Amino acid sequence: MFEYAPAPESRSVVDLKPSYGLFVDGAFVDPASGGSFKSVNPASEEVLAEIAEAGEEDVDRAVRAARTAYEKVWGPMPGRDRAKYLFRIARIIQERSRELAVLESLDNGKPIKESRDVDLPLVAAHFFYYAGWADKLPHAGFGPDPKPLGVAAQVIPWNFPLLMLAWKIAPALAAGNTVVLKPAETTPLTALLFAEICQQADLPAGVVNIVTGAGDTGRALVEHPGVDKVAFTGSTEVGRAIARSVAGTRKKLTLELGGKAANIVFDDAPIDQAVEGIVNGIFFNQGHVCCAGSRLLVQESVADRVLESLKRRMAQLRVGDPLDKNTDVGAINSAAQLARIRELSDAGSAEGAERWSPPCELPERGFWFAPTIFTGVTQAHRIAREEIFGPVLSVLTFRTPAEAVEKANNTPYGLSAGIWTDKGSRILWLADRLRAGVVWANTFNKFDPTSPFGGYKESGYGREGGRHGLEGYLNV
Amino acid sequence: MTATTTSARSDLTELGRSETALRTFLHGLPGVDQVGAEQRAAQLGTRSIKTTAKAEAIDLAIRMVDLTTLEGADTPGKVRALAAKALRPDPADPSCPHVGAVCVYPSMVPHVAEVLRGSGVHLASVATAFPSGQAPLEIKLADVRAAVEAGADEIDMVINRGAFLAGRYSEVYDEIVATKEACGNAHLKVILETGELATYDNVRRASWLAMLAGGDFIKTSTGKVPVAATLPVTLVMLEAVRDFRAATGRQVGVKPAGGIKTTKDAIKYLVMVNETVGADWLSPDWFRFGASSLLNDLLMQRTKLTTGVYAGPDYFTLD
Repeated sequence: MFEYAPAPESRSVVDLKPSYGLFVDGAFVDPASGGSFKSVNPASEEVLAEIAEAGEEDVDRAVRAARTAYEKVWGPMPGRDRAKYLFRIARIIQERSRELAVLESLDNGKPIKESRDVDLPLVAAHFFYYAGWADKLPHAGFGPDPKPLGVAAQVIPWNFPLLMLAWKIAPALAAGNTVVLKPAETTPLTALLFAEICQQADLPAGVVNIVTGAGDTGRALVEHPGVDKVAFTGSTEVGRAIARSVAGTRKKLTLELGGKAANIVFDDAPIDQAVEGIVNGIFFNQGHVCCAGSRLLVQESVADRVLESLKRRMAQLRVGDPLDKNTDVGAINSAAQLARIRELSDAGSAEGAERWSPPCELPERGFWFAPTIFTGVTQAHRIAREEIFGPVLSVLTFRTPAEAVEKANNTPYGLSAGIWTDKGSRILWLADRLRAGVVWANTFNKFDPTSPFGGYKESGYGREGGRHGLEGYLNV
Repeated sequence: MTATTTSARSDLTELGRSETALRTFLHGLPGVDQVGAEQRAAQLGTRSIKTTAKAEAIDLAIRMVDLTTLEGADTPGKVRALAAKALRPDPADPSCPHVGAVCVYPSMVPHVAEVLRGSGVHLASVATAFPSGQAPLEIKLADVRAAVEAGADEIDMVINRGAFLAGRYSEVYDEIVATKEACGNAHLKVILETGELATYDNVRRASWLAMLAGGDFIKTSTGKVPVAATLPVTLVMLEAVRDFRAATGRQVGVKPAGGIKTTKDAIKYLVMVNETVGADWLSPDWFRFGASSLLNDLLMQRTKLTTGVYAGPDYFTLD
């Protein structure tokens, strides 16, 4: 046997403070109420830092700071000057990427391999990309002189904390808006380090404000009458509540919500690469991915072969310490999320699906869930319909391309889908029929700042990324 | 399960009898997606192998080296020196294992055989009109017989790439079968020359063809064309030997050759073996590196691990 020795990435690159305030008007401030909460490392349950909890008064302060910055500095500033700040931020992110990656893995539980090789490069790429748009807005296809909206309220999830921040802040600032952003309560640390980067880049005060807290903070921000735009990424349930509260106001809204993507494997697929794609589709980031390929639809004639390969491949997944450079699957982000994954998995077993996990030793402390697949799943099972948001794959079979389309579309969601086949014509035929915002062909979970991303149906509306991503932040 | 395995086994031996059956089978293998295969290979290359794992990997890699010289300028003196190095790669450290084999041209085999006799280091010889393979079959077979008679216990043959690329699979198959027969007890390594096959689909088909025809090892390259061993090509070949064993019960070895020069590279290959086909292939009986300069880098890294300091290149023998 070839046992890999532990290869931990050093934590010393991160300078954690015992407590963090709110980032309002260019400075870290204490919340008016003095409330706070703790952010823990989900891999060990160790408390990482004490985080200020923003109340209504703090949110109001942040929105007013953003308004002033919008009216006095950022709004009137020529695009080419805004671009300079964004390019500067992008470069600092690259320079400090190791620090950001380690902090992200500490706070979120994702493997360092992913925060280092996926999250951080994409974060920097987003800022570089939208920096390029800042002085070219008249050429973006939204009229000769598109205007910003004003103050954007942005609420982001815990699965890709810094990447979601980049998806929100980069286009907003490029278009000339100022922002108040609320990171998720379990993963606020990289957003707070980003606040330090804004200071380091000499970004004018009030252009970026970061208010930390849980649902109440988010509600106060979204419902604040001073915001012109609301952007949310998270669960469909919360998305609905936000849509209700914003209805009837002048606020522009984009939502990026849940998903239950079908990953469709045909009998002529390149099997070995399809198996990699299935693994990447559902076990990447512990399955905490809104566009995860959580439903495997495999053609019945190759189902046994694909499942055998998939199980063999899953046995190679290394679950454990997120900071170990050889870890493939890290920790579940929170106790609450772990409970939800357990509940739905138990429902899968109770409803008669067959559960399988490779033998794997899970650490005692922290929140862990072994990579799991369910076979014999039907469309009627809860695990085929509800978003699990964890490393759990439901396997269904189909006989014909038409049946594959029917099953893939038979969900209230419509964020993403994957197709695996050697036939180009079939890819095009299927992509036309799948009601999903992103369709990947012979690959999965590929992201690029130039490519728009967003959903159909209950997966939300509006697009992020690419030229399309500017639209949500322009008065068009 | 046993029943299906047995029937699958008999089915496969029938394949070589007809061009149509062989073609249908080879073209029915699942395709390889180039982007996906290269991405997987690159991912495996990011594994971090340190401390004890690194020490273990280096010793294993040394044991897997087919220490090779295939030059027109090879002389008895040169190959004897190489063989001596194969036996004791690091004269300063008796705990350093010997390499897997020495690989030379047939005319050099007798000189190497004298040195290696009884040592456990195998003696491989390239035959079959290496490296082009462009000679009449009888001459190729005579080449093989001569090498075996002179003492080679492993034969590295080249496939007829011209026939393969022209779709004459039976011809390639029959040549491998004939060469295997000429080998007698010697192990047969079949060189696919993947740099000339160009696509991963071709690599997969050629791998199966070589295994169906009885090859004991499949090997990437001669080292004589610009593109030699790469990680993705080796990945596709490893998947082929894995699937072949599942279908037939027979295990076939893999030998990437050419262009593997550093310990870092070698470790990437070992990680790939470990995570693609598993521990069963992590032995010199089933995996080899065709290389020459790789050995000194392995020795240098080995010394660094044991002593904590890098020694200069002058501390390692140049043979």
